[in-house]
Amino acid sequence: MTVTVLLFASYADALGERTIPLDLPNGSTVGEALRRVREMAGAARLPAEPMIAVNEEYARADRMLAAGDEVAIIPPVAGG
Amino acid sequence: MRSAIVDHVIDPAGLIAEVTGDVNGATILFLGTVRDSNDGRGVTGIEYSAYRSMAERGLAAIVGEASAEFGTTDVVVEHRVGTLTVGEVSVAIAVAHPHRAAAYDASRYVIEQIKRRVPIWKREHYADGTREWVDPTAHRATAEATG
Repeated sequence: MTVTVLLFASYADALGERTIPLDLPNGSTVGEALRRVREMAGAARLPAEPMIAVNEEYARADRMLAAGDEVAIIPPVAGG
Repeated sequence: MRSAIVDHVIDPAGLIAEVTGDVNGATILFLGTVRDSNDGRGVTGIEYSAYRSMAERGLAAIVGEASAEFGTTDVVVEHRVGTLTVGEVSVAIAVAHPHRAAAYDASRYVIEQIKRRVPIWKREHYADGTREWVDPTAHRATAEATG
């Protein structure tokens, strides 16, 4: 299955991408998607446990993914 | 109730007009503005960006929570994205309520929740020409020259 990883702000700068299509085995979790992203160039600048949102809602590492999910890696928020 | 991420200059008077009414004895307007320094460094502007669809959902949820918790539907918030110069309004929250205590509490709730959970980021532009993403969870971030 394919999910879409979204990167923003400092994380997009670190990896040089804003959108990454990711092929994963069916039944993969958020944590497994994150491990794949960590293999990419620039990913060393991601923190150990970044905030994640799946389909625009915050999610934990054990959340199971489905084809077409939008997995956003959320840098520390700084609105206001 | 209304909430939005906007690209345009925020009109505070317009927000006040949206929430005032004969049933309300108190109206609170909160403005967040770009200040000219941070941690002792001169700031010339701030570039705001967002995960827009999630940020819009987040703002709507926060406004709904404030309304339910503090008992008024007269709550409006706008957060701007894009590059703002010193003095410009980045966020505006207008709340009206029959009584002032709840109006203050609702306004405070909205801004604190925005800072905690809405996916919006800012990159400060400094007087020396450098730019840096602001990380409220870190004491220092790595300076990034603009070249």
